[in-house]
Amino acid sequence: MSEVVATNETIMVVGGGISGLTAALEAAECGKQVLLIEKAPTVGGRVGQLYKYFPKLCFPTCGLEIQYRRLKANKNIRLMTMTEVAGISGEAGNYSVDLKVAPRYVNENCTACGDCANAVEAEVDDAHNYNMKKTKAAYLPHNMAYPQRYVIDPSIIGTADADKAKAACKVGAVDLEMQEENLSVTVGSVIWATGWKPYDAAKIQPYGYDRYDNVITNVEFERMMDPKGPTGGKIQRADGTTPKNIAFIQCAGSRDRNHLKHCSRICCMASLKQTTYVAEQLGDECKSTIYYIDIRAIDRIDDFHQRVKQDPNVSFVKSKVANIVGGSDGNVVLRGVDTEGYNRYANEHDLVVLATGMQSTVPTGIFPEGTVINEHGFIDLDESNGGIFGAGCSSDALDVNRAAQNATAAALRAIQVVNQVAGTEG
Amino acid sequence: MSEMNQAMIEKYRSNFLQEVEANVEEGHWVKMCMQCGVCSGSCPMENNWDHPPQELFMMIRANKRDEVLSSSSMWMCTSCYNCIARCPRGLPITHIMHGLASYGKRMGLAPKEQPTVKFGDIFWKSIVENGRVNELKIGVGLYFMNGFVQGIKNALAGKELGLAMMKTKRMNPMEYFGGHKCKDRSGIAKMLAKAAEFEAEHVAKFGK
Ligand SMILES: Cc1cc2nc3c(=O)[nH]c(=O)nc-3n(C[C@H](O)[C@H](O)[C@H](O)COP(=O)(O)OP(=O)(O)OC[C@H]3O[C@@H](n4cnc5c(N)ncnc54)[C@H](O)[C@@H]3O)c2cc1C
Ligand code: SF4
Ligand code: SF4
Ligand code: SF4
Ligand code: SF4
Repeated sequence: MSEVVATNETIMVVGGGISGLTAALEAAECGKQVLLIEKAPTVGGRVGQLYKYFPKLCFPTCGLEIQYRRLKANKNIRLMTMTEVAGISGEAGNYSVDLKVAPRYVNENCTACGDCANAVEAEVDDAHNYNMKKTKAAYLPHNMAYPQRYVIDPSIIGTADADKAKAACKVGAVDLEMQEENLSVTVGSVIWATGWKPYDAAKIQPYGYDRYDNVITNVEFERMMDPKGPTGGKIQRADGTTPKNIAFIQCAGSRDRNHLKHCSRICCMASLKQTTYVAEQLGDECKSTIYYIDIRAIDRIDDFHQRVKQDPNVSFVKSKVANIVGGSDGNVVLRGVDTEGYNRYANEHDLVVLATGMQSTVPTGIFPEGTVINEHGFIDLDESNGGIFGAGCSSDALDVNRAAQNATAAALRAIQVVNQVAGTEG
Repeated sequence: MSEMNQAMIEKYRSNFLQEVEANVEEGHWVKMCMQCGVCSGSCPMENNWDHPPQELFMMIRANKRDEVLSSSSMWMCTSCYNCIARCPRGLPITHIMHGLASYGKRMGLAPKEQPTVKFGDIFWKSIVENGRVNELKIGVGLYFMNGFVQGIKNALAGKELGLAMMKTKRMNPMEYFGGHKCKDRSGIAKMLAKAAEFEAEHVAKFGK
């Protein structure tokens, strides 16, 4: 790994989700050198965990595939997976970055044949499926993983399972001697695009995510739709039965001083989209009810909202649910007062989807002093940030379309910084 | 209706929100309410009142001055703080409720027959007279507030508690006849008179 070449004319992009990929590609296609750092064993980010994209309801594989093709074709991008940034110091045009590379225990020879996975017995939590199921301890993160290279979970290193994986591999790709590596590089500009994580639903005490099996989150609901997901593509309750009356609770942990203060912007659209999943799979057999403060489907995506409103199986209750209590047969009862008439309700549902929001993953303590991270954890656009720019969900809660636009803007800013170093500008 | 009430109506014309912001404890928070309903849904008073907090805040914006200030709703708040703990906007709802109640009272609009209002009256009377609270008189006053027959019934229902309190010297029946008073009663009276003067000045200022 120590042969990583980067100079102060290099742009480092941290995070290989849709935003990081876009920023890296835009800069690289302008002829700039790009170092793309990804913590996970694969790029693609959260988008790969969605079933379909609003507003067009196409499969995310399509958008990702285009980016992957551009990535493979571009010689200016150096991709490092399983790598994290430990610290950044210096100033625009001259940053020194410490990187920490975790061992994958599988090298470039891997053909993704899957023999190692068949050989090992141990199973580990499947992060791609939000731990709703297990995966073998030698695994490919998911079908759309890039690079298409297996990973051996560190938990089996030193056990017989690891030796089985090694023995199963016909091309000598398993390397159990790999060690964590620390290295330091110099770059001219940094684009931070580490995206978001779902807000921890268990913190919203009145909703009982940790108490009721049939209270789940919107990201888990997305995973249910994947034929290779935890339920084999079926919308179901904890006991495996099919729901007939689903509730979606908006702003679960967003727009709330006790949780995330910001509006996560995508969760209204995500719930509207998810009612179309219900319609697609269960038709008239299942009702959807959306409990909301106000539906924030802005400008042209409001057409989508209007379309969903036409569906007789979808209803809307203008109220933020106050709390959830247990009901019979694993059902739960949503309690609150609606804003249109101030009527108290106690409605029973057999499955509840919490529209949890997006929490920034921008870390603290690794950026040069003075870098402006706002109260919501997003990197602001600010002079004092020098050559460091937030992109996508590291700059705000954004949908894919806006994240990509935002990432392109970040790439243009970073290009100006390295151009100045090269003396081609200013 | 009180003079003060007329003065305030004059002063704020049809902007009740402004009036609340300027005169009600924590009233400046009212405009921050986003009408989500969490406070109302979390309130243990359930259906026992006319207007849950969320609705009162909307009524303030809608200029429903009389309905708000004469409502019994805020007098029923038990100060459980559920609403404050959950409000996504951080409104000090409990305090606003009490602020509205006391403002309604000052305006002479508080509902006369509401038990909490009555309790307040009796409590206040006791303080003005004795410079301290006479618990026995307040208790008896409350028992009989809905008439003599109901009062006897109430008293019999609370008999066990009363006897137990006497036994443990928590209550002295002789207190009912006179009862002991605070040391400097005239000082207290002067202080209250001064407060009434301030109030009158306040009215005069707005009355013009
Ligand atoms: C339930 C739900 C449904 C949604 N549905 C839609 C939809 O239908 N349409 C739509 O347009 N949008 C949708 N969104 C929003 C969409 O997911 C985001 O817009 C998109 O994921 C933003 O991409 P990103 O690259 O900014 O972040 P991410 O997708 O989070 O990518 C960040 C990348 O950075 C990596 N990373 C994280 N930390 C580090 C680190 N420290 N170092 C290095 N790398 C790191 C991660 O592994 C990941 O690969 C939905 C969101 C939710 C919650
Ligand atoms: S490591 Fe070897 S056995 Fe495992 S998938 Fe790759 S090539 Fe196949
Ligand atoms: S997008 Fe909708 S559900 Fe999400 S935080 Fe904003 S208003 Fe609430
Ligand atoms: S919980 Fe707060 S924001 Fe919501 S209706 Fe009540 S006061 Fe308004
Ligand atoms: S503090 Fe008062 S208004 Fe708030 S929830 Fe309790 S009783 Fe209701």
